[in-house]
Amino acid sequence: MKNALVPSRTGSWYEATARERISGLLDAGTFHEFLGPTARAVSPHLALFDLPEAFDDGIIVGRGKLQGRAVLVAAQEGRFMGGTFGEVHGAKLVGLLRYARDHHAEATSPRAVLLLLDTGGVRLQEANVGELAVSEIIRALVEARAAGVAVIALVGGRAGAFGGGGILAACCSRVVISEQGRTSVSGPEVIETNMGAEEFDSLDRPLVWRTTGGKTRRLLGGAGAYAADRIESFRAAALALLDGGIPAFDLATLAREQARLAERLEKFGACQDAPEIWQRMRLADAARIADLADEDFNQIAQAQPEANHDAR
Amino acid sequence: METLFIQRDAAQRAPGKSPHALVGVVASGNLEVLLERVLDGVRCEVHVKTPAAGFGEVWRAVIEDFIERHAPGGLRISINDCGARPDTVSLRLAQGVRLMTMEASE
Repeated sequence: MKNALVPSRTGSWYEATARERISGLLDAGTFHEFLGPTARAVSPHLALFDLPEAFDDGIIVGRGKLQGRAVLVAAQEGRFMGGTFGEVHGAKLVGLLRYARDHHAEATSPRAVLLLLDTGGVRLQEANVGELAVSEIIRALVEARAAGVAVIALVGGRAGAFGGGGILAACCSRVVISEQGRTSVSGPEVIETNMGAEEFDSLDRPLVWRTTGGKTRRLLGGAGAYAADRIESFRAAALALLDGGIPAFDLATLAREQARLAERLEKFGACQDAPEIWQRMRLADAARIADLADEDFNQIAQAQPEANHDAR
Repeated sequence: METLFIQRDAAQRAPGKSPHALVGVVASGNLEVLLERVLDGVRCEVHVKTPAAGFGEVWRAVIEDFIERHAPGGLRISINDCGARPDTVSLRLAQGVRLMTMEASE
């Protein structure tokens, strides 16, 4: 389906809508949307709660080109119901990943999927079907990777990548994250509700970012690339990752990741807060990580073995 | 959810060649507007779904003003509202008509 896209006015990934992100990420005029808004594939559940629907159910899927390479792309709209996975929303992503799995071998077919995650996780109004959707997406993602497709998560939106979105990011071949981006499974409010504010104070924003934010995820190796909060910066990072080679998805890769995770737990498991980890890693600017400019931070991250061994 | 349907003849056909366009997001105080060039002549249809009940007169005034100012003949316009104020609605409708004049990408 042909689709006119509005470019972002500010160029900020965080501020942009999902459609603006696609517009700036891909080569101009190359995006072709599958099951776009005119198809009106809306949630069958939201009307039962008298809640507004979105014509694309909060996710845009399609194909396009990144510096001439054919890619598939999915972008969640974090401002529509927190970018949550409903039944239709999830089915669109499953379909895209299965398409990648089944067609990547043809000469002109896309060999990479870009997942623009911006989600709080499952849409609670859709409960079990949302949970099932996340399970199906994980299976489809794993199958696509096993078939040789590169799946790259781009995280820097308002909702971050939480719940099933955090699990999906961890299943990807590579993750690009910005300072504003956050990934985790249980969100700060969820932890506080279940364990108390003494365990995790969700109103303490610096704590939230020190724990789940982009800089921490990058230094620990949970994200393989760090981008400034600019759409062009995410584009450059995604391109560099595709050019740099994608790890094979096999038993040896998983065994190495498991060993690195065990080692991380042993080295840093007793730390109470992220700066303690930076001190143990002997980072020169351990106390100032949060204040570093993007370029300075990137240099430090690129020099750290821990940050580049790609264990989630 | 309240649904409204407003239909008017515009002064002329909407400019541009884009077959459809979407602007806005279904988020608090915002709305999404889907425009489709599917009607004959200068007719314009606007379908609204809104969670804020009882504002039919305001919607009618905003949409009639829009049709008069922008001449969106031939367009079927579908709105998913999420409690947007009238000025936001006017802005999105104007953005939508402008987007319909932009080059569609393949």
